[in-house]
Amino acid sequence: MTALLEARGLRLAFGGVRAADGIDLDVMQGEFLAIIGPNGAGKTTFINMATGYLRPQAGSIAYEGRPITGLSPRAIVRRGIARSFQLPQLFTEHTVLENAALAVAAREGIWSPLAPLLRPRWREEAAALLGSFGLAALADIRADALNEGARKLADIAMAVALRPRLLLMDEPTSGVAAAEKMGIVETLVRVLREARVTAVFVEHDMEVVERFADRVAVWSQGRIAALGPPARVLADPAVQREVIGIEKAGAPPVPAAGEGGHA
Amino acid sequence: MVAWFEQNGLLLGLALLDGLAYAALVFLVAVGLNLVFGVLRILNVAHGSLYAIGAYTAASLGIALAAGGLGPWASLVALVVAAAVVGAVLGPLIEGLILRRIYGQEEVLQLLVTFALFMILEDVQKLVWGVQPVHHDAGLRWLGTVDVPFGGDVIPFTAYQLYVLPGVALLTLAGLAWFLRRTLTGRVIVAVTTDREAATAMGIDARRVFLLTFTFGAALAALGGALSSPTAALVPGIGAQTIVLSFAVVAIAGLGQIEGAALSALMIGLGRSIAVYFAPEFEVVMPYLIMVAVLLVRPQGLFGTTETRRV
Amino acid sequence: MRRAEPLLALAAAAAMVVAALAAPWLKFVLTIALAKGMAALGIMLLLRAGQVSFGHALYVSFGAYTVAFLAPTLRDSLLLLPVAAAMATALGLVVGLFVSRYRQIFFGMLNLALSMVFFSLLEKLYHITHGTDGIRVALPTMLGQALERTSFEWAIFGVALALALLFGWFARAYLDAPMGQALAGIKTRETRLEFMGVPARHVLLSAYVLSALMAGCGGAIIAMTTRHVTPLLAYWTASGELVFIAILGGAGGVIGPFLGAVTYELVRVYAAAILAEAWQAILGTVLLLVILFAPGGLWGMLAALFRRRRAA
Repeated sequence: MTALLEARGLRLAFGGVRAADGIDLDVMQGEFLAIIGPNGAGKTTFINMATGYLRPQAGSIAYEGRPITGLSPRAIVRRGIARSFQLPQLFTEHTVLENAALAVAAREGIWSPLAPLLRPRWREEAAALLGSFGLAALADIRADALNEGARKLADIAMAVALRPRLLLMDEPTSGVAAAEKMGIVETLVRVLREARVTAVFVEHDMEVVERFADRVAVWSQGRIAALGPPARVLADPAVQREVIGIEKAGAPPVPAAGEGGHA
Repeated sequence: MVAWFEQNGLLLGLALLDGLAYAALVFLVAVGLNLVFGVLRILNVAHGSLYAIGAYTAASLGIALAAGGLGPWASLVALVVAAAVVGAVLGPLIEGLILRRIYGQEEVLQLLVTFALFMILEDVQKLVWGVQPVHHDAGLRWLGTVDVPFGGDVIPFTAYQLYVLPGVALLTLAGLAWFLRRTLTGRVIVAVTTDREAATAMGIDARRVFLLTFTFGAALAALGGALSSPTAALVPGIGAQTIVLSFAVVAIAGLGQIEGAALSALMIGLGRSIAVYFAPEFEVVMPYLIMVAVLLVRPQGLFGTTETRRV
Repeated sequence: MRRAEPLLALAAAAAMVVAALAAPWLKFVLTIALAKGMAALGIMLLLRAGQVSFGHALYVSFGAYTVAFLAPTLRDSLLLLPVAAAMATALGLVVGLFVSRYRQIFFGMLNLALSMVFFSLLEKLYHITHGTDGIRVALPTMLGQALERTSFEWAIFGVALALALLFGWFARAYLDAPMGQALAGIKTRETRLEFMGVPARHVLLSAYVLSALMAGCGGAIIAMTTRHVTPLLAYWTASGELVFIAILGGAGGVIGPFLGAVTYELVRVYAAAILAEAWQAILGTVLLLVILFAPGGLWGMLAALFRRRRAA
């Protein structure tokens, strides 16, 4: 197995908060890597750095062996890295179908000035995509009318529509109703496996991590505290104390200064 | 260089003095505009009309008082009284009757509502004060002139423009800085400017803050107009001229900035008056050229901060 | 209503021809209205992206002055029009490369600033532009034919009508297409566009250049209709007028700006005739009422009426 994404010595501080304090991480071709850790540990910051939203103060990131440090989000997307967001980024005045179709258009060719966005081929692809996320019934309502869970899914669907080779997902299941969660993750995993997409996802639900992640990385104060197969890492007493204990106790996620303010 | 200075030194001195006095006026208007923009998030085009109405009211009041036999000091008092009255009457009227209905609507629509107000108030001015120039400078003449030494020469300059205008501007700047940082209401205004959602979530009564800020901003515009009235004859169109200048100041300074507004008002005031004396054909474009130059280098304005949205 | 747009547009065009036949003075007013409607259509495109330009009189005046300068050499209106359009488009591209980096008040104010710079140039470079006196435009030919005044006015009216229909059709397709939809995406979630690999700046730039083209054509038609250009064409109130027309008409359909322009010009003519002192106040009041009580504009009101009739 070869490394698809290689992060070396990433550092980034917001004021006094070290959101990244020497991150070294290889994301392997084809794997599903879960990122866990308490709020404020710098998980979102890592995704923001890997996708060009934030520029690391030190360190480097390479994708498919070529450096992407400091490239714009646009340039990084073109190389095949897509992301979804903790706070869904939808076009609120468009319908859900139009949102998905815009993502398809972004991949296929946004610069056509005369043929409609909802041309049959794109409409079909967008509709099929929404269908696989269980959003078919919501296709024609405006994105700002969706509930939190549906917005999350639509957000991921838009990232998937870009057909990336690496997909970074920031808390894909937060806000999704517990009853639907497993079904949706299963669908998502199937879609991604079929398309041979490598995935990195920030996750708070340990059941999701155990069932779907090939490896898990534990974030703590801007560093990776542990990395390995879920069975081994999650059994580590130190990890349990720091991360899982909090999760199991069901503490509400309170945004801490580092992550909430800047990331 | 030396030769140039010998030839143009006096002109340069005059340009600097004029520019300073002018900057003081521009600051008063622009800081009011910026304050309102920071809190209400509405760029008030009618702010220029408030300036014009303040100027006309002050002149009319001064003329009336002089006709009533009061001394020239009354004309100076009239400047402040007129500004306070215009602010206290028109501020709540505009905010309460019109702006209140459009909070939370699209920015473009808000902008256009104030544009509509501007069109209406422009004609109101013409109906009330006519199109003939109105001029009343008893107060200015009463204060006399001062000989300002400059490069071995002296420049006679009115005490009103030398002391009163910059003085009022500095007092306003200091007073505003104190008010915004040291008083509770001021801090509330700052809080609403920086993070409106958080501020309202904390239980701040946005309506009261909006009304207060708008009235205060209106009074500042009127004060700028009133203070300008002794220095030049009032004609239709001064409101339009003022608002575009203030826009430039706000764009240069950045959102909600007080000291920034002072600095950019100074840049624009000096730039314009230097143009008036040395390249009159550039008078109108000078503020814009300064603004374009600043925004080329700093797209968020001199003191504006780039906001990183949380994603 | 949307489906009916092309039919409605053709019906409105026919109605305008009939009106111009019935009352000859209307022909002039309607030609100007069509020209301003084109420019307002461009403004509407930018409004889709949530951006408002307070400086598009720059392109109107640029188109108009191009006609005025070249009329003695090019002579034919069907040569002058495309040249003016190309000049305005080129200027739009240069300026657009700069202003498309900015949003909201910065976008609005920079457009205002640049148009005012041009206004000042027109006013101060007396030996070239004749300052506030402006330039008279000799009666151009039409397809090489020297027409007498009335026939020429008819011809320009026809050209304006045809161009309006063409731009309307194009804008409609453009807004439905990925580019137009991405344009609307700038208003709500520009970040997302970037994370989809779409350069939002270029999306805005393309709409901006298009708007400059439309405004330039409008300006050329105004110059050939009024046959006199002055710096006032570039003044900021002229830009405000275009935004006014776009909002008055309603940002919903592509007919809106033209509906707004015709209404605006008629109100202006009557208001100026009846209450010369207060026509600006009347327009302001109309604008205020439209925004407060009919935010969809005239087009929105018509659409609502239409829906009610269908439902009944």
